[in-house]
Amino acid sequence: MKKFGKVGAVLVTLGALSAVALAGGPVDQQLVIDGEIEMITRTEAPDGHPLDEVISGWHYRTGETRALEADTFENPGMLFVEQGEAAWNKIEGTEGKSCASCHGDASESMAGIGAQYPKWDADSGKPINVELQINKCRTENMGAEPLPFDKGGQKELTAYIKHQSLGTPVSIDLDAGDMQSWWKKGEEVYYTRTGQLNLSCASCHEQNNGNYIRADHLSQGNINGFPTYRLKQGALVSVHNRFRGCIRDTRAEFPAAFSDELMALEVYVTWRGSGLSVETPGVRQ
Amino acid sequence: MIGRRILTASLACAATFSVAFASGTVAPDKVEIVDGALELSLTGTPGDPVEGRKTFANRKLGNCLACHAISDQKEQLFHGEVGPELDGVADRWSEAELRAIVVNSKELFSEETVMPGFYSLDVGVNVRKDLIGKTILTAQQVEDIVAYLTTIKE
Ligand code: HEC
Ligand code: HEC
Ligand code: HEC
Repeated sequence: MKKFGKVGAVLVTLGALSAVALAGGPVDQQLVIDGEIEMITRTEAPDGHPLDEVISGWHYRTGETRALEADTFENPGMLFVEQGEAAWNKIEGTEGKSCASCHGDASESMAGIGAQYPKWDADSGKPINVELQINKCRTENMGAEPLPFDKGGQKELTAYIKHQSLGTPVSIDLDAGDMQSWWKKGEEVYYTRTGQLNLSCASCHEQNNGNYIRADHLSQGNINGFPTYRLKQGALVSVHNRFRGCIRDTRAEFPAAFSDELMALEVYVTWRGSGLSVETPGVRQ
Repeated sequence: MIGRRILTASLACAATFSVAFASGTVAPDKVEIVDGALELSLTGTPGDPVEGRKTFANRKLGNCLACHAISDQKEQLFHGEVGPELDGVADRWSEAELRAIVVNSKELFSEETVMPGFYSLDVGVNVRKDLIGKTILTAQQVEDIVAYLTTIKE
């Protein structure tokens, strides 16, 4: 009798859960990868930030998804990071060089580098992200074609480079070059309402993080885990792909990848996640 | 010459509107919310609460459940929590107010509200090309949802 009573109680609880998603905000747990690397997934927001605390998207995912990221062997994104390593060592272009020819062992030469992007690029007079830096080296140093957006191993190589910063806090230099005005432009993009649904990034990720929007638990929309592995797609997702997807969902036309608009947004959104550990490849739903 | 050009232009306009908005309905740019209420039906055809209940849940139409929980639709797995729960909503608002909320909630709450205007051309920038000048719901779908909401009493 007692036993049945318990089962009944559990069923009732589940019923309530499935009828109405429950508020809970970010889960209170610590992310330690492979029991070794203690990740900063919550931290005090930088000066001038609209929120008090900066929180990684990891805290808003289910227990199962969180566990996948905590174990390198279980993390499905690591397969693509390995492909990125192969790309790092592959000779391409007229100069007969690979990335490794000049940069050697990425675990040394690229350690902590991914956490500093986007960076000011004096040559183009604009900020560049890791994807564009890869293309810069391909064209200027290897005699190879630039990789098209999301193709030719771009996501994998980007993930490999960012993974060398696993655990390093995101920190970008806004004093370099003209970064301030790009930050400012990015802020403007962030708060501009787009599309027929008339929503801005802030509508969902600032005003409503911690709330469910239908089946999705809204996070702060930070990008410290990118490229992330998305279970829904079974693939890596790049930052600009995610930005475009979120803009598209407001029923708006979306800007081209690496356009000034999205580069400014990347500068600004990266800053909003200042201090969070690089999680690449983060695992998301 | 000038007169003719204006005539052609206005004919083109009329043609566009008759495609987007059935005749006899109030076009979205002609809707006037007065003191937070819209007394008159947008179509003159009474709303169907059964259809309204479906439109409310349909992700491609109202998708109201994205942001609102409502006990009347327990069979739906996921209810959002961006907006308030709508249980007993008809006790709080009159039919005319509910119509105004669905048409353009910004007129009632604030410009800052996250809730989209479902029969309004007061939209964000860079609207998807095929949706320019179109509303999220048709006038009759709004009437159906309003009819449904007026049944939600506690
Ligand atoms: C011929 C040598 C050479 C090759 C080959 C080369 N690079 Fe570079 N790379 C450089 C030099 C020199 C710099 C520093 C100056 C600059 O920023 O252009 C650099 C800078 C970088 C940086 C920025 C480091 C920082 O501190 O911000 C990254 C990332 C990078 N390379 C990645 C790659 C990748 C990935 C490949 C292969 C696709 C590659 N490089 C191939 C010479 C090379
Ligand atoms: C209608 C609500 C909505 C709007 C508006 C929106 N997003 Fe999102 N976004 C989501 C949802 C839902 C997810 C998946 C759950 C989550 O992480 O919040 C998401 C995820 C993200 C992620 C991934 C976070 C992670 O941890 O991997 C980023 C980054 C992001 N959004 C950025 C943006 C930016 C930038 C904008 C504005 C251009 C924006 N979003 C606008 C709903 C929205
Ligand atoms: C993107 C989120 C979102 C969607 C989608 C949405 N709403 Fe709302 N709704 C809100 C928010 C937020 C409020 C609270 C108003 C405020 O203070 O901004 C609200 C308020 C309301 C209210 C007033 C509730 C009360 O009790 O005071 C009603 C009624 C309502 N919404 C109906 C609807 C209907 C019907 C739909 C679908 C056609 C819908 N909403 C879709 C976000 C949303």
